[in-house]
Amino acid sequence: MGVRMAQVSRGFFGRRRPSPDRDARLPPGQYDVGQGFPVLSAGATPRANLDRWDFRIQGRVEQGARWSWPEFQALPREDVTVDIHCVTSWSKFDTRWAGVSVDTLLEHVQPTGAYVTAFSDGGYTTNLPLADLTGGKAWVVDRYDGEPLRADHGGPARLLVPHLYFWKSAKWVRGLTLTVEDEPGFWEGFGYHNYGDPWREQRYTGD
Amino acid sequence: MARAALYRGLSWGSAAVLEVRPETARASRLVLDPPDWPGHRPGQHLDVRLTAPDGYTAQRSYSIASAPEAPNVELIVDRLPDGEVSPYLTDELRPGDELEVRGPFGGWFVWQVDMGGPLQLIAGGSGVVPFLAMLDHHRAAASAVPVRLLYSVRTLSEVIRRERLAETQPGVRVDLALTREAPPGWTGVSGRVDRTVLSRLALPPAAEPQVFVCGPTGFVDAVADAMIELGYPSEKIKTERFGASGGT
Repeated sequence: MGVRMAQVSRGFFGRRRPSPDRDARLPPGQYDVGQGFPVLSAGATPRANLDRWDFRIQGRVEQGARWSWPEFQALPREDVTVDIHCVTSWSKFDTRWAGVSVDTLLEHVQPTGAYVTAFSDGGYTTNLPLADLTGGKAWVVDRYDGEPLRADHGGPARLLVPHLYFWKSAKWVRGLTLTVEDEPGFWEGFGYHNYGDPWREQRYTGD
Repeated sequence: MARAALYRGLSWGSAAVLEVRPETARASRLVLDPPDWPGHRPGQHLDVRLTAPDGYTAQRSYSIASAPEAPNVELIVDRLPDGEVSPYLTDELRPGDELEVRGPFGGWFVWQVDMGGPLQLIAGGSGVVPFLAMLDHHRAAASAVPVRLLYSVRTLSEVIRRERLAETQPGVRVDLALTREAPPGWTGVSGRVDRTVLSRLALPPAAEPQVFVCGPTGFVDAVADAMIELGYPSEKIKTERFGASGGT
């Protein structure tokens, strides 16, 4: 929304200032949540049955792909340590995940669309440009901090796209649908920013 | 999707603080007059931004407690002991101050009379705030939609807007569940909102209620899981959580 002149709040001095080394890692308007890991979601937590779980890549691809849970587990895996940023203004540094790079998954398909809708158990969706999921920037993770990913944090598996606000890292993810047009997902249809870059503070439509 | 067109960019504005009044020992009500307020829907939230003299800023989201029909915009802020923003709002802010706000935001956890019912609201602690907006809206619109509010709180003294909730409102029933301490002669629920309590006090699945659950994440998860076990379809359950470990 262009230049915003913040006014000083009488009597406010702030208590959660990051140290200088962490300050550079904190996007504008965010605070360091420290050891906490808040849980936010729009509905009940789905409980997946791994016997029926699968991960699909579908839509605008030359031939779709599908992995069962054991097949997904057999894919080449990566450990990732990244900072994450939630639109509700908390950030968490050095979160440790393990899973499969989206690059690895996309090796099995030929995309013909430039946009992606990630879809999840429970009906959640979120949209991203395909370019934001490739080049070592995104993963489907099933472990957090050395343990299987808990259901309240999106387990058995969630998308991890740490360079965008964390609602783009869809919990309970079950697949990616490639599209030609960019189609707003769940929160994007409710007034949240279509792209969601924390460094440009793209929280809501129009930011 | 046409839905996205409903939302336009909203910029920060300076709201006049008209009133800051304690609601309970922990929570205060802020009455605000935001400039060019576009109106809101019950359940939506407002972002608040504080700026220190050196330019440091902190921002948080708060549910709006007032109905769209109210003359001003009200927040009810729960003071978190180690919080950064909430203690400022409850203890430092005073009438005559200006507060930077932006909103309203959120289009999912909302209810207005044209969405029909029946409506089952389940609150834990300050999770009752968006439901206060819904109940006032229901009354202002003289809605005939049946509403039940089940409100879990530690003690009677922590009940937010207790007098308002005790008022008779056609079609509305409010039940309190006290989880820590109940006064002598207490006839409401003592203890946590579990399957037994839900079976007794919530609109049954056969009534096909729209269910809204708001509170700390552990509370919301426990209630939502119990409701699914009781046969409420998950697509009828909307949740809003605040992480005790992260929210301030």
